[in-house]
Amino acid sequence: MNQLPLLSVKNLKTYFDLDEGTVKAVDGVSFDVLPGQVVGIVGESGCGKSVTIKSVLRIVEKPGRIVEGEILFRHQPDDASEEQLIDLAKLKANGKTMRSIRGGEIALIPQEPMAAFSPVYTVGNQIMEAIMLHLPVSKQEARQRTIELLREVGVPMPERRVDAYSWELSGGLRQRAMIAMAISCNPRLLIADEPTTAIDVTTQAQILNLLRDLQQQHNTSIIFITHDLGVIAQIADYVVVMYLGRVMETGPVDDIFHNPQHPYTRALLKSIPSIRSQSRTLLPTIEGSIPHPFNRPPGCPFHPRCVDFMPGVCNVQTPVLQPVNERQAASCFLHHSIAEETLTAV
Amino acid sequence: MLQYIIKRLLLLPFLLFIFSIIAFILIQAPPGDFVTSYIAELASSGSAVDQAQIDALRAQYGLDQPMYIQYFKWMGRILTGDLGMSLDWKKPIRELISERLLLTVMLGLFTFIFTWIVAIPIGILSATRQYSFFDYFFTVFNYVGVATPTFMTALVLMWLAFKYFGVSVTGLFSPEYVDAPWSWGRVVDLLKHIWLPAVILGMDGTARLARVMRANLLDELKKPYMEMARAKGMSEWRLVLKYPVRLAINPLVSTIGWYLPMIFSGSVIVATVMNLPTIGPMLLRSLITQDMFLAGSIILIYMALAVIGTLISDILLAWLDPRIRMEES
Repeated sequence: MNQLPLLSVKNLKTYFDLDEGTVKAVDGVSFDVLPGQVVGIVGESGCGKSVTIKSVLRIVEKPGRIVEGEILFRHQPDDASEEQLIDLAKLKANGKTMRSIRGGEIALIPQEPMAAFSPVYTVGNQIMEAIMLHLPVSKQEARQRTIELLREVGVPMPERRVDAYSWELSGGLRQRAMIAMAISCNPRLLIADEPTTAIDVTTQAQILNLLRDLQQQHNTSIIFITHDLGVIAQIADYVVVMYLGRVMETGPVDDIFHNPQHPYTRALLKSIPSIRSQSRTLLPTIEGSIPHPFNRPPGCPFHPRCVDFMPGVCNVQTPVLQPVNERQAASCFLHHSIAEETLTAV
Repeated sequence: MLQYIIKRLLLLPFLLFIFSIIAFILIQAPPGDFVTSYIAELASSGSAVDQAQIDALRAQYGLDQPMYIQYFKWMGRILTGDLGMSLDWKKPIRELISERLLLTVMLGLFTFIFTWIVAIPIGILSATRQYSFFDYFFTVFNYVGVATPTFMTALVLMWLAFKYFGVSVTGLFSPEYVDAPWSWGRVVDLLKHIWLPAVILGMDGTARLARVMRANLLDELKKPYMEMARAKGMSEWRLVLKYPVRLAINPLVSTIGWYLPMIFSGSVIVATVMNLPTIGPMLLRSLITQDMFLAGSIILIYMALAVIGTLISDILLAWLDPRIRMEES
């Protein structure tokens, strides 16, 4: 396997300038996605997961903008066989190159398939549209391909369902149709934005299996976003833990679950209900609540809620992501003393 | 879809029947009748009328009979295609209104086309460029458009045209064509004149429509399917026109039904000011003189147009939004 990353996000910062002030939704996020790897990004609501992937796809809505950082992607141009390493952050968001990558090489599986399909066009129409945007096929071929895709993702009677509207399908079928649309142009990277939150648990497992199977058949890379650690354990190879727009910890899925390094990751894992825990006891929760985006604490964003808070250190300096062993990295002063301030001063 | 249209068509006669009753009650509603106002007119000019003469007149017009008999007689004649005689003009109503009706429908059509061609693009551009100079400019322009009465606009434009170009822009024809029979030259002359009243009449509607379009589209632009279409790699223009516009235009289409009657009644003042040979001023006069069969015919035609307009807008809505189609069948 080629171990050069397919996607490499480096120190990405996406800010929203609002009348009330600047919201630093993504504030220095870095991670790599290797070919064929499933990277899970996990974090509470509002931690910047969605904005991170919207930045990668360059569909951050106004007034959000990428202020700093690189999004390096191994782009395969239509004409040349040679791969090019290009920085998506530097491309024009609605330019030709970015549009050919979006949907063609990087595809999105959205959170709510109900709302992500337009209600006034058939599912088939919308999938065919995606195909014809990126592949040189006729309408007839696109329709044929759509039916095959629907069959591949497990939609029964695809010849009939191709002419159905999204509101005529069940939640699970809708998400399957969305997945069919996402894989329609053989993307090298799939971005799944909480694809299982809007569907019930049994269907959720089926969708996860489907994604796993497709990923293995096509050797696609996946960025999987969720706040559900159970889902992460099922599907991800590698985990990125985010909190308030920053990466807290990264590492292979087994290490993250069995040997978490960052106090935030530990706290998250503790708050998962276990089948072995005594019944009728309170589930441990993380103290406090997520700060308002305008009132970001100075220093480490997690320090007000952290059990290992070190006064005079964590609330003064901001830790950066550093390797703590061969596989994991964490941004915490428990493991190293490198602060962002000292880095920028150099 | 076909089933849906047939269902709507079958409803038409029933609706028209109800409306004809309402129309008849409406024209009967003012106190007195045509003879009362005729006598008042005669009295004001100094001639006296005796009771026998009055009764003879009433009997002649059938005004002495009970209301429901009058209604059935009227309907009976209308169903055979005879609109009756105008009491006031002493002429067959069909002859009186046919040309005016044609001109009014044409004026309405031109106003409609002008309104939609101008308002929809303004609405789309204002929404997609929200808070830009373009958006603010048309916001101000639209408020002025809504706030200015149309007859005022008509007067100002007429005065400007007269003062600076020395042209009188009243009427729909040049003097030589006013009473001429229809010919190619007359049609061209009509097209030369009709655009100005169409623009004046359309101003108010354009402003309203553009605002509604902007607001609807702003709602649609925030929907997740927009993000999904962008993530597919569609160009911004193509996706805006394909997805949100189709839904945003929906509420506008549902107003088509009231549109024709609105142009008819809304144009009365402008038509009077600009001396347009449309049907509005004639309806006004027929109501004043209680020329009940003329007024009744015109109101009935209004209602028929409203019903047909609603049918058209219903069919368009069902075509635009499959959810409406499914619900019906």
